Amino acid sequence: MTDASMDTPRPRRAKTSLVSEDARTKKRNAAEKRFQAYGILAIATGLFFLAVLAFSIVRSGLPAFTTTVVDVNFTLTQEEFDEAEGQLFKTKAYSGYFISALQKKLETENVQVAFDEAAIERIMGKIGSTLREYYTANPDQLGEEVAFKLNAASRVDGYFKGRVQRETLQDSRFLTLADLDLVDALAEAGIIHTAFDWGFITGADSGVDNPGGAGIGASVVGSFFMMLVVLLLSLPIGVAASIYLEEFAPQNRWTDMIEVNISNLAAVPSIVFGILGLAVFIQFMHLPQSAPLVGGLVLTLMTLPTIIISTRASLKAVPPSIRDAALGVGASKMQAVFHHVLPLAMPGILTGTIIGLAQALGETAPLLLIGMVGFVARGYPDGFISGFTDPNSAMPAQIYTWAARADQAFYEKAWGGIIILLIFLLTMNIIAIILRRRFERRW
Amino acid sequence: MYDAPHTERDVDQQDIKISARKVQVYYGTTHAIKDVDCDIEDKTVTAFIGPSGCGKSTFLRCLNRMNDTIDVCRVEGDIMIDGEDIYDKRVDPVQLRAKVGMVFQKPNPFPKSIYDNIAYGPRIHGLAKSKADLDEIVEKSLRRGAIWDEVKDRLDAPGTGLSGGQQQRLCIARAVATEPEVLLMDEPCSALDPIATSQVEELIDELRQDYSVVIVTHSMQQAARVSQKTAFFHLGNLVEFGDTGKIFTNPVDSRTESYITGRIG
Repeated sequence: MTDASMDTPRPRRAKTSLVSEDARTKKRNAAEKRFQAYGILAIATGLFFLAVLAFSIVRSGLPAFTTTVVDVNFTLTQEEFDEAEGQLFKTKAYSGYFISALQKKLETENVQVAFDEAAIERIMGKIGSTLREYYTANPDQLGEEVAFKLNAASRVDGYFKGRVQRETLQDSRFLTLADLDLVDALAEAGIIHTAFDWGFITGADSGVDNPGGAGIGASVVGSFFMMLVVLLLSLPIGVAASIYLEEFAPQNRWTDMIEVNISNLAAVPSIVFGILGLAVFIQFMHLPQSAPLVGGLVLTLMTLPTIIISTRASLKAVPPSIRDAALGVGASKMQAVFHHVLPLAMPGILTGTIIGLAQALGETAPLLLIGMVGFVARGYPDGFISGFTDPNSAMPAQIYTWAARADQAFYEKAWGGIIILLIFLLTMNIIAIILRRRFERRW
Repeated sequence: MYDAPHTERDVDQQDIKISARKVQVYYGTTHAIKDVDCDIEDKTVTAFIGPSGCGKSTFLRCLNRMNDTIDVCRVEGDIMIDGEDIYDKRVDPVQLRAKVGMVFQKPNPFPKSIYDNIAYGPRIHGLAKSKADLDEIVEKSLRRGAIWDEVKDRLDAPGTGLSGGQQQRLCIARAVATEPEVLLMDEPCSALDPIATSQVEELIDELRQDYSVVIVTHSMQQAARVSQKTAFFHLGNLVEFGDTGKIFTNPVDSRTESYITGRIG
C-alpha cells in the first residue's frame, strides 16, 4: 500500500481562484438552492390548503352563529290563556294571539302589508306551540308584557343568509314568493332581523324539522364528561404503565411483546375500539347506551397507547446521569424515578396527554357503535353523576348527525359545530404548548 | 505544567476497608473483569489506572453495586466492606450506596437548587431532624466540597447554572452529605479544565482524612499526585497493585512499565 502511493504521485488539484466558483461547487450550490426551493414550495402548498380550509370553514360556519329573529312585544292575559287551553287546537289559538299582536305592531309602525295565518305559519314555523310552551312553563308572566325574540323558520333564515333566493324559489307549502314580500316588508320595519344566536352555543339539539333551534351546548357537555373519563383513566394508567415498562420491567421476550403490541394498538382503526366497546361495555357489562361514560371508556382504550408511547419517549429522554446521581446518593429506584426522572419528563407527558385527549375529542367512529351518533341530545344532564350516565351526544357525533340531515340549514350548523370543535382543539393545543414552556428545564 | 499539590506519601499501614477476592464480572458473554484480588485501605486514596476498556470503571462500580442497574451485568466473587459481603442476598443496595458514595465522570447535579442538591441525600436517609439541622449539614458538606464560599449567597440558584468545576465540587459535596465511609470517583476530572482539576485534587487529598477514596483516572500524573496506592488494570486483569511511589518508579510487571512510559494504552 505504502509502495503504491510512493510510485504514483497523487494528481495535484489544479490551482483555482477562491473568488470564482468552480464547476463542482456551482453544481453543489445549485442542488442546494433547488432543494431549498422544493422545501419552500411544499410549505407554501401546505399553507395554501390550510388557508383554503380555514376560509371555507369560517365562510360556511359563521352563519350558524346568527339566526333570524322576529321582535314582538306580547302580552297574554290569564283569560286568554284559559280560553286557549280550553280549545281543541290549543296552539292554533296561540298563533292567533301572535298574529293580532303582530298586526297591532305593524299598525303602530305604519307598515301596509296583508298576510294570512298560513303565511305566518310558514314564516314563523310552529309559533303557537313555542308560545304555549313558554306560558305553561312561566305562568307568572301572564298579564305582563314580554319582549319576545322568536326564531323565524329555517327557510326564512336561509333567505337572509343567501341559502334561499327569490329567483330559484318555487312556491311550496314551505315558502312562497308572497311570503318573501312580507318578510322584506317586516325587515324594512325592523321587526325581523338577524341576530347572534346564543342558542347555538348553549342549546341542545332539536328535531329534524327545526334546524333554527339546534344548538351544540348539550353535546359540548357530553364531550366534557367523556374527556373527564378519558383523563381520569388514561393518565394514571398510562403513566404508571410507562414508568413500569421503562424503569422497572426486565428486558425479556414478554416485555418486548408488550412493547410491540402497544405500538400496534396506536395504529388500530378507532372503529375497532368502538365495536370492542359495544361488545364489552354495553352487551356484556350492560352499561347504558349512548352514555358519555361508555364513550369515555372506549376513547380511553384509544388514548392509552398514545399516552404510553409519549410518556415512555419523554422518560427515555431524561439523561441517565440523573438516575445515576440519585442512585449514587442512596436513593431507591422508586425515589429516583419519582423525585428526579418524573418531574423532568413531566412536560413531555403532559403534552402527550393533551394531544391524546385532543385526538379523542375529535373521534367520531367509535361513538357510532355505542349509540352516540344520531342520538338527538334534547336536553342537559340533571347533575354531575347523570352527566356520565344519561344518554348524550358528543361534539363530533353531533356534527356528523347534523351533516347527515336533509335540511340545508343543518349543513350550516355542522360547519358551525366544526368551528366550535376546532376552537376547543386549538385551546387544548395552546395549553399543551404553555405547559411545555412552563415545565421545560435544561440540564 | 501547573503546580501540583504535594502529597506526602505516608506508607504507614491503615486498616483494610474493602477487600475483593476473585471478582469476576460478565457483561452478557463478555468477561470484563478477571480474578481481581484487591485490598483497599481506609483513609487512603487508591487510584485505578489503565487503558480505556480495561475494566477499572467496571470494578469501581462493583464496589457500590451500581452495576445492578445494568441488566446483562453479572458479578461473581467476594467483595467485603468491613468484613461484610456486599453481594450477600440480605444486603440492600440502597443502604450500601448510602455508605459508599459515588462521584461520576460528568458532573451531574440535579436540576434543582444548590441547597436541594445537597439536602436530597440527608432528606431521604432521614439524617436531619429539623430545618436547622439540614441547614447545618448543607453548609458543612459545601465546606467539605470546597465550594461554600462560592455559592453561600446563592443557595437557591440552580445547581446546573454553575461552571463545570463548581458542578463537580457540588457533586462531591452532595456525595459527602450522606456521610459515606467510602467515596468512589469515576474520572472526576476528565470534564474539567486544569484549574478546576487542581481544586478537585486538593479536595480529594483533604477528603482522605475521613474517607477511603477510590479514584479512577486516565491521567497518570493525577494518580501520582493524589493517591497513596495505585492499581493498574489491563484487559480485565489487575496487573499490579501497590504503593503509588513504587508503581511509578519501580514497577514489577513489564506491562505496567510499558503503560507508565507510554508504550501501551
